[in-house]
Amino acid sequence: MMLEVKDLNVYYGAIHALRGINFHLEKGEIVTLIGANGAGKSTTLNTISGLLRARSGQILFQGEDITYTEAQDIVRKGIIQVPEGRKIFATLSVIENLEMGAYLQTDQAQIQSDLEAVLKRFPRLRERRKQFGGTLSGGEQQMLAIARGLMSRPSLLLLDEPSMGLSPILVEQIFEIIRDINEQGTSILLVEQNAQMALSIADRGYVLETGRVVLEGPAQELLHNPMVIEAYLGGHG
Amino acid sequence: MNSSKAVPSTPSFLDFLVRRKILGLLLLILILLLVLWKLGSELVTNPTLFLQQVINGLQLGFVYALIALGYTMVYGIVRLINFAHGDVFMVGAFMSYYAIARVQLHTWPAKVFPNLSPGLSIGIGSITVILLSMAICALVAITIERVAYKPLRNAPRISALITAIGVSFFLEYFGALNFVFSPNFITYKRPFDVTTWMVSAQGVQALQKGQAIPEKTVIFSNISIIIVVVSILLLVVLQYIVGKTKIGKAMRAVAYDKQTARLMGINVDSVISVTFAIGAALAGAAGMLYAIAFPQVFFWMGIIPGLKAFVAAVLGGIGSIPGALVGALIMGQAEVLSAAYISTPMRDAIAFTILIIVLLVRPTGIFGEAQREKA
Repeated sequence: MMLEVKDLNVYYGAIHALRGINFHLEKGEIVTLIGANGAGKSTTLNTISGLLRARSGQILFQGEDITYTEAQDIVRKGIIQVPEGRKIFATLSVIENLEMGAYLQTDQAQIQSDLEAVLKRFPRLRERRKQFGGTLSGGEQQMLAIARGLMSRPSLLLLDEPSMGLSPILVEQIFEIIRDINEQGTSILLVEQNAQMALSIADRGYVLETGRVVLEGPAQELLHNPMVIEAYLGGHG
Repeated sequence: MNSSKAVPSTPSFLDFLVRRKILGLLLLILILLLVLWKLGSELVTNPTLFLQQVINGLQLGFVYALIALGYTMVYGIVRLINFAHGDVFMVGAFMSYYAIARVQLHTWPAKVFPNLSPGLSIGIGSITVILLSMAICALVAITIERVAYKPLRNAPRISALITAIGVSFFLEYFGALNFVFSPNFITYKRPFDVTTWMVSAQGVQALQKGQAIPEKTVIFSNISIIIVVVSILLLVVLQYIVGKTKIGKAMRAVAYDKQTARLMGINVDSVISVTFAIGAALAGAAGMLYAIAFPQVFFWMGIIPGLKAFVAAVLGGIGSIPGALVGALIMGQAEVLSAAYISTPMRDAIAFTILIIVLLVRPTGIFGEAQREKA
């Protein structure tokens, strides 16, 4: 098992944000966490990434307990988060942003070939490689954010709302890219408000509500689950 | 009805002026015009004196630049005005004093390689001293950051600011103890002799000891050259570190967004330490250069240069590295020119008047960006 989250409890001060969350992800899977604003999706990712600390519970990565591991060591283990709102370094050039993604990589030749590979995957970034990250459009920034994540050579990619604020065509493109990255062997934990898109590419899904998993199952089943349709897919069923 | 309307119109017009910063701007333009007129007339009546002042101001400005960079880099990365920075500068001056006067560190090349030419040997020796000062200051700053500032990283900014003032007092009065530095003024021993040249219509000539300076000449010494050259060298090195190296890019990434930097695997704490260390190393170098120019060390010597460098950083736009350089060069000129043409005691008042005007008219400074303040 790639990732296993057991009975995770996270607080923001007095606010109980995650109330005993359980889920897991097998190697090679796309698993999606869906839910409304404030359900605890980003909190879950940030706790896995080591930006937040759990009060109790356990996070296992390839069998190893990483609940209290430092953020940089989690990156070193191969868990990379592409954060909500892209979080591009606006004052760094596109290339420098990508180099920051490869911060923990030490093999220069490998960094160069990875760089070449992501620029090949995202030709727009090659065109804009000397520009400051802050001057890119929203879609380009999302591509840069994913490309930057790939530069860390992830074995597990955590994607937080990659479709946020993008036009439908760009959303299609981004999900195409996510599927493609997964097919090349990277496991993906996808957090989305766009439940329709997320479930359409995911293997399995978990529905979060106010810090709890209220529903889980294969993505195709969730897509046809009346409760999910009612709450997250616009209730057309 | 009409009269009651007319009464508040005067204060609201004043309010309007204040709110739109028009008063500050007018004041600034007025002062600038006066300054330009005064300087212009001085330049016409006595160009050599004017040139002399500009050279002196350049030397001072570069020392301020080295200090100002530490303020601006630390502010850029942790949003803290490190008021102890001027005292780190003082520690640098004292370290070079001890290295030269007590240990004779600057003479080591002459002892180890007696065949070396005296100039080269003193040069290498002095470089060793400045590198030692820089290294010790870097260690001092890393310690200060770890002990005093790091525990307050998530506290309100005012707590860290007050702590910085506390650290500043600590360094000063700890240094004033007899068994640490000294409570007295100490004469600084330069590692090399001063050579002075005069430039006139006849060309460049060395000035003999005790010789009166003839009219219509500009004099400069090896001290000015050394200060300017060393400063420019350090600035180039800094530019390279920040612009091209991995740690420099990480510094910029951390300055922009700490959380996301952590998601890249960047160890934010060590990047902050490195930033403090680099700023302090520059202040250490500035301490030695300042002591060479004004050969005296004293436990309070860091206060005024530190404050002026802080004004320079604010003037240039705090957080901006080119801003610190430009601001410091302006401050150097302002200080020397006001000492020459207004009055010597006024020069400090002028420096802080500049701070007030900048805060009134353009609080973000010359190169500052307004939106960065909100981050």
